[in-house]
Amino acid sequence: MAKAYGRIQGNAQVQNLWLQSSSYTGIFATTTAPLDCPVEGCVYGTALNYQGELAKLGPKLHEKPYLAPPKAPILYIKPKNTLIAHETPIPFPEDSNYLEVGAALGIVFKEQVTNVSPSEAWEKILGFTIVNDLCVPHDNIHRPAVKYNARDGYCPIGPWIVDRDDAPNPDSVAIRVYVNDELQQTSNTKQLVRNVRQLISDVSTFLSFNPGDVLLVGTPENRPLIQHGDTVSIEIEGIGMLTNTTAVSKEGVQ
Amino acid sequence: MKRARIVVDGAIHEAVEYGEQLQLLNGRLVAKSDVQWLPPVVPGTVFALGLNYADHAKELSFQAPEEPLVFLKGPNTFVGHHGKTVRPDEAKHMHYECELAVIIGKQGKNIPRSEAFDYVAGYTIANDYAIRDYLENYYRPNLRVKSRDTCTPIGPYLVDASDIPDPMNLTLKTTVNGTVTQTGTTEDMVFSVPVLIEYLSSFMTLNKNDIILTGTPEGLAKVYEGDQVITEIEGLGQLHNTIISDRLER
Repeated sequence: MAKAYGRIQGNAQVQNLWLQSSSYTGIFATTTAPLDCPVEGCVYGTALNYQGELAKLGPKLHEKPYLAPPKAPILYIKPKNTLIAHETPIPFPEDSNYLEVGAALGIVFKEQVTNVSPSEAWEKILGFTIVNDLCVPHDNIHRPAVKYNARDGYCPIGPWIVDRDDAPNPDSVAIRVYVNDELQQTSNTKQLVRNVRQLISDVSTFLSFNPGDVLLVGTPENRPLIQHGDTVSIEIEGIGMLTNTTAVSKEGVQ
Repeated sequence: MKRARIVVDGAIHEAVEYGEQLQLLNGRLVAKSDVQWLPPVVPGTVFALGLNYADHAKELSFQAPEEPLVFLKGPNTFVGHHGKTVRPDEAKHMHYECELAVIIGKQGKNIPRSEAFDYVAGYTIANDYAIRDYLENYYRPNLRVKSRDTCTPIGPYLVDASDIPDPMNLTLKTTVNGTVTQTGTTEDMVFSVPVLIEYLSSFMTLNKNDIILTGTPEGLAKVYEGDQVITEIEGLGQLHNTIISDRLER
């Protein structure tokens, strides 16, 4: 059994959960109570942290508007209005036929993190979770994309946080995205530009994390697209599966 | 009413300005010099505007944008009145930005500009420091420039919206070590407060204690270790800040 943390609906406290796995169902919690979003801190996304994403931009990294490849980690914020739980409907936009799925491993912190070395970074981690970093497709990442990636419900997280010591090596986990049960994307965190410890260390030189904050390690290239009515599941090896279905925006969440 | 969050004798209190003193909820009066100042509300989602004054956009050799240039700030970046902001010794281009900060008072979505002021709890002053050495052209202005620890002083007070009849006609002023370096008026905003509330709430829900930093006018100047920087807005008071070196942080 693996130790995990989650929030049962109607209960504000994060509590201990126990996970089991079977070849039929994958990983499941020993409680059957519906789970709320396990995260309440600030959620930071990381752009261009997969080698394939940089490769896809190729020579464009040296052209306008970018002019040079990124030096420091490129971050963005998924604000509180974006956070929803496993199995909560995703509000579908009225101004786009598609949403892009960003399949991300989320690092959850248990202590304040300031200016840590890569080896110190490990001690600050509570555990790992699954994040669906959604956005409306947009052309480039020159300007902050708040209008495209910070809409209500655009950051499903969960179902739980697997304790660091019971999670697989986060620098070598397979991530699979299914749309309506069909496999649409496979990736592996082996392809990260900065691995988990290095990313935390580099960010913590200018931005401190608080307990409960989350850092997404990045999203792989060729993001799957989903349409109205689709069900999207992100499976991370050893962590679990996060599933949400798109709904019309009027039925969306607060 | 001018509302503050302060630390007195090791405890966090809400307080209101009472002449030269502050009054706690239990009625006790304390001297302003005897308290530590926190941001006037615990910040929710914090939006900031780039290039929202035409003169400032020109100063940076940009055209004013056709749509608001919005970015977000993390909770790590805020410090209160009389706080200290860390300047890396290696930086060559650090400057202040005096900004009107709008504090949202209640939840709203799809708010028309005609009703926008109903959603405003009040106003405060923010100093949206930027360290341009770290600018990169990805999600520019990137968080390494704009969401650094201690680099967004905010306060001293939440001044009730009812005490500020026209937020679109307030003078702004920055002084560094007593010398005036920046002046402007909120009249010159490209996108006004009601337009910004309408724009943001058109695609996301705004919540109580979300804050919008509305951009800065022309008049940038570099700041260095030891500088005393005062950002001031008519009717909202003065926000004091001191620049310190990152040598102390290592």
